[in-house]
Amino acid sequence: MSDLLQHAFNGLVNGSFYALLALGLAVIFGMLGVVNFAHGAFFMLGAFGAFILLNEAGVSFWIALLVVPLALGVVGMLLERLLVRRLVALDPLYNFLLTFGLTLIFQDLLRMKYGSQPQPYPQPAGLRGTVDLGLFDFPAYQVFVLVFSVLVSVGAWLLLARTRVGMIIRAATERPELTRAMGIDVGRWISPVFGFGIALAALSGVLAAPMRAVSPLMGADLIILVFAVVVIGGLGSIFGSVAAGFLIGMLQALGNVYVPGLATTSVFILMAVVLLWRPAGLFGREETAV
Amino acid sequence: MTVMVVRKLAGLPLLWRVLAVVGGLLVALALPWYIYPPVAMDIVAWALFAVALDLLLGFTGLLSFGHAAFWGSAAYTAGTIAIETGLPFPVAVLGGSVVAMVLAVPIALLAVRRTGIYFAMVTLAFAQMVYFVANQWSGVTGGENGLQGIPKELFGLDLSDPFYFYYAGLPIALVGLLIAWRVVHSPFGRVLVAIRENPARSRSLGFPVDRYKVMIFVISAGLSGLAGGLYAISHGFASLQEVYWTTSGKVVIMTVLGGIGTLWGSVIGAAVIVQVEDYVATSGINIGPLEITGPGLITGLIFVGVVLLFRRGVWGTVAHLLRRRRSVPDAEPHLSGTTAPAVEQEPAVAPKS
Repeated sequence: MSDLLQHAFNGLVNGSFYALLALGLAVIFGMLGVVNFAHGAFFMLGAFGAFILLNEAGVSFWIALLVVPLALGVVGMLLERLLVRRLVALDPLYNFLLTFGLTLIFQDLLRMKYGSQPQPYPQPAGLRGTVDLGLFDFPAYQVFVLVFSVLVSVGAWLLLARTRVGMIIRAATERPELTRAMGIDVGRWISPVFGFGIALAALSGVLAAPMRAVSPLMGADLIILVFAVVVIGGLGSIFGSVAAGFLIGMLQALGNVYVPGLATTSVFILMAVVLLWRPAGLFGREETAV
Repeated sequence: MTVMVVRKLAGLPLLWRVLAVVGGLLVALALPWYIYPPVAMDIVAWALFAVALDLLLGFTGLLSFGHAAFWGSAAYTAGTIAIETGLPFPVAVLGGSVVAMVLAVPIALLAVRRTGIYFAMVTLAFAQMVYFVANQWSGVTGGENGLQGIPKELFGLDLSDPFYFYYAGLPIALVGLLIAWRVVHSPFGRVLVAIRENPARSRSLGFPVDRYKVMIFVISAGLSGLAGGLYAISHGFASLQEVYWTTSGKVVIMTVLGGIGTLWGSVIGAAVIVQVEDYVATSGINIGPLEITGPGLITGLIFVGVVLLFRRGVWGTVAHLLRRRRSVPDAEPHLSGTTAPAVEQEPAVAPKS
């Protein structure tokens, strides 16, 4: 029993990365209709940001956790202004291809500088041991990651659900034309929302650095899993993306216990089932034509 | 010069078409005299792969970002057949193509339930699943080491010299290109274009849109498999790289660079990308203090540049210039049939490998 709990816990921790990445993808997609392939690359850049700050300037994990997402968020806004915006009026596939190309560039630049060998990043001082939560001892850092991502998800939810800005973003995400027709200037929120989505990816990257080794390819395979997550959850739905993220983390972990051979493929099997049963995703709306 | 030649082609006289086909074949035959023969074989294999993708992307408006699954599974299958049975290599390549088509059926049936960007994500995800399976199933695929020592058997002929193997492999690719050309110029191909332009209207005219999409997906996968099998036999090995998502991306950029929906443009795109990557891998490029050793950065830059500045691609640009001279209106190329009419033209030239 406690074994099962342990696996479920690990699944939730992994799921929290999926959730944060899927959340960022969903708000960007909703606002711009762009699927950002470079989301995984920004996750990787977040981890590298923390790694470089620590090794070059001795900056601690806690400061990196604040600074790196902010800096990469600004990079994201510039990216939106300079490149993404030029293609928004065209078929969304062009921006998919653009961000794919950027992913290759980011990955190769870091590989040329740091090599493809994974680099270790030490766990922050206060979080090295384990925490006794009654049932058994949990690794402290993992507990922190889980709590922190749940807080960020809830925070993002509060921001979206309880503030005026959030109301505009939600409206623009789910019914862009109607929002415009209501006289709301959707355009001025596009850059900040893009930056916000990128900052979330960078934040999960910083969080991942002490748990997984830092390497140029760490975001690449992850982002494809997250694509499956958002197909399952329904990309148009912000809640759906987060819920599917945690759900799939759990599914993978429990799948690992019961059918170890299927651990990596379970997500894709679930995606196939969802496509058959509810093509628009578990929490998604039916698409209107194309 | 090129512009003039193509202008005459677009003018349609049969004589010019025949000359163009002959010219293309001559270029294909002469290629290994000018280019290092293994690279020439790579160009031919990737050209067929890119043309196969264009059947989906250009002529049906579906972006598959998971075609590495078919290229790679065929590479493994062809390799396994060649190693285990010692049959002539064209049989192994054909076997690879069949396996790719079988694999494509369930993926296509699921993927066509979504359109546009979702189609790209779903195909990408399923291809990644194939990658994971290939990685785990190391008894067959060799896992990280790949499948090594694939023989080039053809009735006891010695094909170990890549120069001779090129001429043994070329006919297979040409047959593949011919099939692609036939598909585009058949009533079936016209229905595909109609589906790209307006799925709803095609459906209301009584065409089973999803079934057409599945059929072209499977055909495209079969041709990709032909290309992948040929590639594996040519190199003598098949690795995980073949099923990895970067391979799917590489073939997409070849098609976009050549010109979406132009069929033969993909051949040019493949030739350019293969040679650039070969150049970077063998010589390296130095830009200031930065030494570029891997192909990823260059491919990425080409990707970004083409998408931002050169969306018509090579072939599409030439066609556009010709049409403007003759003041025939045309529009930006597009992907999934939502906007203006595409640069849809009659491809009139032979495979220019």
